[in-house]
This record gives sequence, structure tokens and C-alpha cells, in this order.
Amino acid sequence: MAPVATTFFFYFLSGLAVLGGILVITRKNPVHSALALILTLLAVAGLYLMLYAPFVAGVQIILYVGGIMVLFLFVIMLVNLDKSAKEDQFNKQWLVGMVAAAALLGLFMAVYLKGKYLFPIQEAKLPEQSNVQEVAVSLYGNYMFAFEIASLLLLVAIIGAVVMAKKRI
Amino acid sequence: MAPITTVHYLVVAAALFILGVIGVLTRRNVVIVLMSIELILNAVNLNLVAFSRLYGVQGQVFSIFVITDAAAEAAVGLGILIAFFRNKETVNVDEVDLMKW
Amino acid sequence: MLDYIKSYLDMNATPGQAGNVFWATVYIFVVFGGVSVAVMAMNWLERKALAHFQIRLGPMRVGPHGLLQPIADALKLLTKEDIIPSEADKFVFWIAPLIILCASFTVYIVIPFGPTHAITDLNIGILFMLGVSSLSVLGVVMAGWASNSHYPLIGALRSSAQMVSYEVAMGLAVVSAILMTSLNKTGTGTLSMIGIVQAQQAQQTWFLFKFFPLGFIAFGVFAIAMVAETNRAPFDLPEAESELTAGFHTEYSGLRWSLFMLGEYAAMIAVSSIAVTLWLGGWMRPFPNALAGETWDLVFSLFPGFTFLALAVFCFIGVARMPKHPYFRIQTIGLAGFGAVLALIGLILFAPPVRDRIFDIYWFCIKVAGFMYLYIWYRATFPRYRFDQLMKVGWKVLLPIAVGVLILTAVMGVIF
Repeated sequence: MAPVATTFFFYFLSGLAVLGGILVITRKNPVHSALALILTLLAVAGLYLMLYAPFVAGVQIILYVGGIMVLFLFVIMLVNLDKSAKEDQFNKQWLVGMVAAAALLGLFMAVYLKGKYLFPIQEAKLPEQSNVQEVAVSLYGNYMFAFEIASLLLLVAIIGAVVMAKKRI
Repeated sequence: MAPITTVHYLVVAAALFILGVIGVLTRRNVVIVLMSIELILNAVNLNLVAFSRLYGVQGQVFSIFVITDAAAEAAVGLGILIAFFRNKETVNVDEVDLMKW
Repeated sequence: MLDYIKSYLDMNATPGQAGNVFWATVYIFVVFGGVSVAVMAMNWLERKALAHFQIRLGPMRVGPHGLLQPIADALKLLTKEDIIPSEADKFVFWIAPLIILCASFTVYIVIPFGPTHAITDLNIGILFMLGVSSLSVLGVVMAGWASNSHYPLIGALRSSAQMVSYEVAMGLAVVSAILMTSLNKTGTGTLSMIGIVQAQQAQQTWFLFKFFPLGFIAFGVFAIAMVAETNRAPFDLPEAESELTAGFHTEYSGLRWSLFMLGEYAAMIAVSSIAVTLWLGGWMRPFPNALAGETWDLVFSLFPGFTFLALAVFCFIGVARMPKHPYFRIQTIGLAGFGAVLALIGLILFAPPVRDRIFDIYWFCIKVAGFMYLYIWYRATFPRYRFDQLMKVGWKVLLPIAVGVLILTAVMGVIF
């Protein structure tokens, strides 16, 4: 099936993603920030679909939105204080932080202006195998070792999170 | 309008990255700092998947690993936050300034 | 324009795959209307069936045998006052039922009612369904938090912990079913919903009976996990009235509460269709290979018409048993009219052109309807799980069983 209205969807989804990002860093209420982050994550999943990566889009929705954001909302509900909602939102070093971010922005613009014609403009050909199958062949073939280490990392993270959040070890 | 090329996706990823960096460096609430870190990781993922369109499927495999690591790091970071909150009753980064209390 | 509309009818694909926006919209409206009618029918069936399980009659007054009760309930809920707690976060309070509703209804675009009777067929169909149905956890958490009251908060925390726990077991059971789709000559499986049913057709067995008892155990794990995932009895502690005064939707009234109920029933139908597609053969009629041939095809294609005629016969028996009193005249006439409409639909479904197109949708819907009846049966029969027992079952019983079934299925797949 031929792609339809690519430019409209690209600008729409990336506009949503950037809008969500701005809302994340400017809302006073952490629950509103979490909702804005959910908006950003869903928009980025849409961008993955536009890049012909449906498996990563599905994984993003299941893990990031359905798992990590639920975790964030849980913790926000557990540590939410009314007192903190009425305080200042920006910390003591905000000026230094903004200067650093401005320097980073300058660096990115320099990279963009120098290198924006480096990549081939024409679109790459669509893969013949189904995307899930390609990812699976690569993941369980070439990158099997990294896969096992990632599962070990998750085990360590589970044990670490349980130990740290317990009341008494 | 011009057709959408890889550079367009890289620009969006750079914008998300800068927003995440601003959030990490300037916000006072620890939970929002952690959420800005998730924004940074998403920007990196978008970069990887945009490049995988040109250079093969390894970019998507790597982005799956990045998502896995982000989950692990969010869990551990929030565990630290809860342990800290139980002792000091605050979620302010300015008040996390003692090595031992 | 007319050619665009007509050109789809010759194609042998779903509207999404054919890229036909008009027919995709038509299908979306048909599915949406069908699900809404199914939710109302489910509401009525639940009250009547629960009542009959408890040796009482249930709603009898509003229409004949309470058939108009869901409409009366809907009208009541629409006209109720919309109360928002004063300290509640208005935006989050407003958006929580919408997220649950959107997540529950978006799932329907990949549900396969037939080989070409789906809105679309994504390559990652089952992954999409699992992912989007996990978005309803967010709505639950937001509803509980935004109500600014401790009962909803505890109910939301418990409900979302339960949903997240049983999602893991559900996912592993689904993976072991997907593994069975790859046991063909080329060794490649598929995640698309239509592809899964076609794999069952090619391997000539429902995945329920494959590598017996592995398919059965995987189906059992999924069946238990899906009941817990939708917060239904016996796993409905977070919304039980005697424990938590309706849990996370305590502070919602009127139309907002009806949106929660709509989302819950829609999610029930959605996960039942996942179970039917993965293990029970989707739209295939029973015994497609043991009882093959023209005559058996004809016999099984008469089932839709006979089902509606049987329902019409029940209506007429009800008419005959109505009290012969002037107060019941309108109800008797209404029930007789309803029976006549059902009989008419049954007669239409006997016509050969309709029969050939409808039979796979019918078999799919009958299997899902069986699951709906099981849901009501569980609610009437089983006592409620306590919350720690619930979490123990999810993590310590279902998850190891699901992992074991997955490993054994993979081993059997390599051997055979």
C-alpha cells in the first residue's frame, strides 16, 4: 500500500512530539507532565511507523507507554505533596542550565548547517522480509549475546528496585 | 513542500534532545528530571530508527535495547526516589545535598 | 467516485490493505455500531443471567422481560447531574474515561471477523492489540488520582497493579500461541490476526488442541488472565461495592460512569476475540476437515438462520406465557413484534447470497458470545479473590505456568 499524505503526518506527529516535550518541562504539576510525556511517546511511536519500523512502534507503546509511564504515575501518586506544587518549579542553577542548553543548541545548529547534505535524499528501498522477521533474525542471531545481557540487566534492575523500595531489608 | 528526508527526523530528534536537557538541568522536582531523561532517550531512539531506514535493521535492534535499558533505569531511579522520600519527605533536587544523614 | 466505491468489491482484501478509505470508514461505523449494540445486549444479559443464577427474575417491567432496561439505564445516566469533586483536577478527571474508551475501541480495527472481513490487517496485529489494550491502565490510574479522594486512589492503585501483573502472563500465553503459527514448511510465523487463523486452517487444527495439553494450558492461562485484566469477577476487588465503594470510578456519575462501563464491556469483547482468534480458530466453522464436503458446508451454513429462528421461537414461547391481563397487552405485542423481527432476520440469513458472505462472521460472533456468557457465569459462581491472593495467583502461579508452556511448546515444535 502506497504511503499517503506523508508530509502532513510528519509535521503533525513531530509537532505533537515537540509540543509534548515543551509541556513536560514547563508544567508545575507532575501528573500533567506525565500526561504530556505520554503524548510525546505516542507521537514518537507514530513517527516510527512512518519510518517503516512497526515492531519498534509496538514495543514503544507496550513498554514505554503501558509500562514505564504507569510506573511514573504510580510513583507520582505516592510522593505527591501539595506543598511542592505551590513552590517554585525551577531550581537554583537554572541560569547555568539554560546557558549550557543554549551552547548545546549552538552545537547542533553548527552540525546541521555543515552536514545536512550528507545523507542520500532518495528513500531506501522497502525491505522484502517482514520487519518483525528481520528484527528477530538479527536479534537472535548476531546480537544474541547482547540480548542475554539485557535480560540479566533487567533481572538486576528488578532486584535493585525491590530492595531499595522495601521498608526494611 | 519538500519530500521528507532523514534530516527532518534528525532535526526533530535534536529538538526533543534539547528539551530533555533543559528539563534535566533546570527543574526542581526529581520526578520531572527523570521524565526529561526519558525524553532524551526517546530522542536517541528516533535518531537510531531514522538511520536504520537507510543502513539496515541494526538501528531498530539497538533501539529495542535502549528501550529496555530505559525501563530498567526508570525503575531503579524511582526506587531511589522512594527510598529518599521516605527519609526526607521532599522531592526537591536542591535538598538532595547530603551524602549521609 | 462510484468506480472507487465499486472497485473494492472485486478485491479480495480488507479495506485497510486495499487502501480504500470509503469502505474502511463504512466498516468502522459498522463495527462501532455492532459493539455498542453488543454492549447494551451484554448489559441486559448480565442482569437477567445473574438473576436467574440466583433464582430470581431480574428486570421484568421496563420492556417485555426487561428488554428495554438498557435503554432506560442509558437515558437515566444521560440525564443525571454531572458532579465533579471540588478539589479534583478537572482536565485529568475529564480525560480519564476518554483514554479508557479510546484504548478499548481502537483495538477493534484489527479484529478478524473473516478472511477479508476486518477493518485492516496489520503485520503486527497481535502486538498492536496487546499494546493498545495496555493503555487502559493509564486511564484507570488517572481516574483514581484525579478524584482526589482516598477510596478511588486505593482502588486505582490496586486495579492498575492487577492489570499490569496479568498483562505479563497474557503476553506469554499469546507468545506460545504465536509460536505455533510457525510450525509450517517455511518455518515463518506471523503476528497478523488474519494470518494466525489461516495458520490454524493450514495446520488443520485449532491451536487449542495442538500438542495437547499445551495449547489447552496456554488457553487456560490466557482465559484467567483476561478476566483479571478486565477487572471482572472473581478478580473485581478494585471495583467491588462492598469493599471499596466502586473503586476508581466512585466519583464519576452520569455519562462519565457510563463511558467507563462502555469501555469495560468493549475491553471484555476485545480480549475475548483475541482468545477466539488465537486458540479457537477465529472464523472457522467446527470440524472443517473431519466433516468436509458440500453437504456439510451447507448444513453448517444454515446455522445462522436457525439460531435466529430459535431465538424467535423463545420469544413466541414468552408471548404464550405472558399473563392474559390488559396491563400486559403492550408488552405482549412488543415481545411478539421482537420475535417477528428475529424470525425475519433468520429467514433473510437463509438466502444463499447472504449465507455465503455471513457464515464466518457468524461463527466468530458465536464463539465470542460464548465467552461473554462465561464471564457472566464466573461472576455468578466464584467468590472474590482478596487482593494479596490475586497478586499471588498472577505472579506465582500463572507466570511460571505460562513460561513453562512456552518452553515446552518450543521444544515440541522443534521435535515435530
